[in-house]
Amino acid sequence: MSLQLKEESGSRRATDRSRRRRRSRLTRLDLKFSPYAYVAPFFILFAIFGLYPFLYTVWISLTDESPINPETNFVGVDNFTRLFGDDRFWDAVVNTLGMFVLATLPQLLLALVLANWLNRRLRGIGAFRMAIAMPIVTSTAVVALVFGMFFARDYGLVNGVLDIFGVDAVDWRANRWRSWVAISSMVDWRWTGYNALIYLAAMQAISRDIYEAAEIDGASRGRQFWRITIPLLTPTIIFTVIISTIGGLQLFTEPLMFTSGSGALGGGSTGQFQTITMYLVQTMRTFNQWGYAGAISLVLFLMIVLISAINFLLVRRLGSDR
Amino acid sequence: MSVIPIRTRQTAAVLGAAALLLAACSGDDDDTDTSDTTESNDGTEEITLTVDVFGEQGFGYDALYEQYMQENPHVTIEERGSGLGVGDYNDRLTQWITAGEGAGDVVALEEGIITQFYAQLDKFVDLNEYGAADLEGNYLPWKWEQGTYEGFALGLGTDVGSLAMCYRRDLFDEAGLPTERDEVSALWPTWDDYTAAGEDFAAAGTDASFLDAASNVYNSILMQEAGNNSGYTYYNTSNELDLDNPDIRTAWDLTVGMIEADLSAGFESFSDEWNAGFASATFATIACPAWMTGVISGAAGDDAAGEWDIADAPGDGGNWGGSFLAVPAESEHPEEAAELAKYLTSPEAHIEAFEQLGNLPSSPQALEDEGVLAATNEYFNDAPIGEIFAAGAADLSPVHLGPQNNAIRTEYENALRAIDQGERTPDEAWEEARNNASGIGGG
Repeated sequence: MSLQLKEESGSRRATDRSRRRRRSRLTRLDLKFSPYAYVAPFFILFAIFGLYPFLYTVWISLTDESPINPETNFVGVDNFTRLFGDDRFWDAVVNTLGMFVLATLPQLLLALVLANWLNRRLRGIGAFRMAIAMPIVTSTAVVALVFGMFFARDYGLVNGVLDIFGVDAVDWRANRWRSWVAISSMVDWRWTGYNALIYLAAMQAISRDIYEAAEIDGASRGRQFWRITIPLLTPTIIFTVIISTIGGLQLFTEPLMFTSGSGALGGGSTGQFQTITMYLVQTMRTFNQWGYAGAISLVLFLMIVLISAINFLLVRRLGSDR
Repeated sequence: MSVIPIRTRQTAAVLGAAALLLAACSGDDDDTDTSDTTESNDGTEEITLTVDVFGEQGFGYDALYEQYMQENPHVTIEERGSGLGVGDYNDRLTQWITAGEGAGDVVALEEGIITQFYAQLDKFVDLNEYGAADLEGNYLPWKWEQGTYEGFALGLGTDVGSLAMCYRRDLFDEAGLPTERDEVSALWPTWDDYTAAGEDFAAAGTDASFLDAASNVYNSILMQEAGNNSGYTYYNTSNELDLDNPDIRTAWDLTVGMIEADLSAGFESFSDEWNAGFASATFATIACPAWMTGVISGAAGDDAAGEWDIADAPGDGGNWGGSFLAVPAESEHPEEAAELAKYLTSPEAHIEAFEQLGNLPSSPQALEDEGVLAATNEYFNDAPIGEIFAAGAADLSPVHLGPQNNAIRTEYENALRAIDQGERTPDEAWEEARNNASGIGGG
């Protein structure tokens, strides 16, 4: 192109040059702004569905907005001061964390054991591996319904089995600890297989050579598990802990569906298994206190940020150790 | 061959995708509308009206819809919500009404929630504009009063609860108590007598409990006491929270007495286990507003037909429950919807719903109807339901229910259940219920 241009007449050359300048300007604009256009859809959607609701939540948490109040007043930080003195909220926090611990610890330990067991060469191991993955594809609502029947007071399967051993029927919903155990068992049933699969995948990435060398040195299977498998699995374990933390703090469907009838959002007669998210929805939908619900969701948000930050620091620390 | 440069094509693709996403997210108003309009051949508009109801069996309107659609061929009626509990229904309805989107053309408002909508009258159609004022005589005065607010006709009455006591003949027989309804009614002129009868029942050592759930007795006593004394439950008539209302304490103390005498089966009312309890005869009595008869026959099933019977409730009169029909302002066919609401709350419709589900009419004409008065219920051992329920309905005094009545009621129900479960002492539970209630009512 440039060779041809040299042979053109002066005037023609001038228009060409200006056209070329315009073109290069367009190119520069293109280079500068096109990337923004490409990512714009995400940010536009984020602004509509992420940023706007967030800012609106901040605003609403400073008011007493409610569908049953004819007018909305600005109340400053009243909602937040109320929150810090609200026994119900702190009960819900304790319940959420309690059920999280009660569900996650046995779940991850069991998953490790299961994964270790499935990591052997056995006949039909594929079927076993698939079997432990089955609960994940079951809908949470169905799990909760079925477990709700297991733990029914009068005709529940669990109480039926206890009865065989001469133990009196237990009202699983009545008491804090019992309801926690029942709900944690639902969570475990659903997620243990999922975590076991993740551990299994990580275990299979560990070179067999290490185990063979250990075997030659006379290490038992148990010793191999604790000294080789677990240390090499640490990043994976951290990953599952984080995933379980997020899931645990958002625990909602299982405790909600643990009661039937009206007022399920209350989580039992004394709120003994009401989680933070349940209290949030109850405040908004049942009590019609939108401003206060906004404050609760902001505090919940801060709690998740805090816990995520702790998780992040832990992971980074572990990363630098290696 | 494409003549569009690659970069332009990419940009177009991205923009196209973004546009699609936005379109998908913004939602198409025509799709989500509950009513659609098409022009029919003869020029009258073909419309669909959606009716929102609640309850295990709905409102018993199926035959009425058929008839209305025959008389008004341009109207198609769709009903939603049958099988939905009143709590879930109220939550959903509040969202729809507040958002001004999603509610049906005619919506049912339970007596516990209608007060909440007094503050949102702009979201509803004033039925007086469609001639409701002329129909005032079709409703019991106190029912009409509950449905209107400062001259604004928000809802037209459907049923009222009235109050009786349902009991199982076979269990009474087993425990050596009388089984005939007159003798059973004579057992308990007051609630204290009811407790005493329960103690006799418990002493007989059957496997069953005397009553289903503390909350049902408590609600019945409170509504009765409030009707006879203060005239309100948790909110006074100026809608200020008044948890010191002595009627609450009376109902509470009586109920705690029953729990302490170990009369309650400890169920959460309307839960799956409570429902199963009907079928397996786990309890012998249940406080019984007229609408409860439909619940019982549905839950206990055909096997228990003839085992249940209905006696008078202890104490004097009382009403628990009952509903209204209203037309949200968002309806695209307010005129037709108002006509339908008027039709469904006419005395004839009240009688039809009574025959279907036993819901007691709130219309004096229907209450005096010979068919209603002579009605018996085969399922309940041919109990004269017309006579039992209709008798006191006309003389009832209204009970004012405040804006958050149902949420606060749930707190007291839960507290009683916690006593029943042995998780709280009565004093602890009372304090807790009060605190929770003021947290709800204060905001």
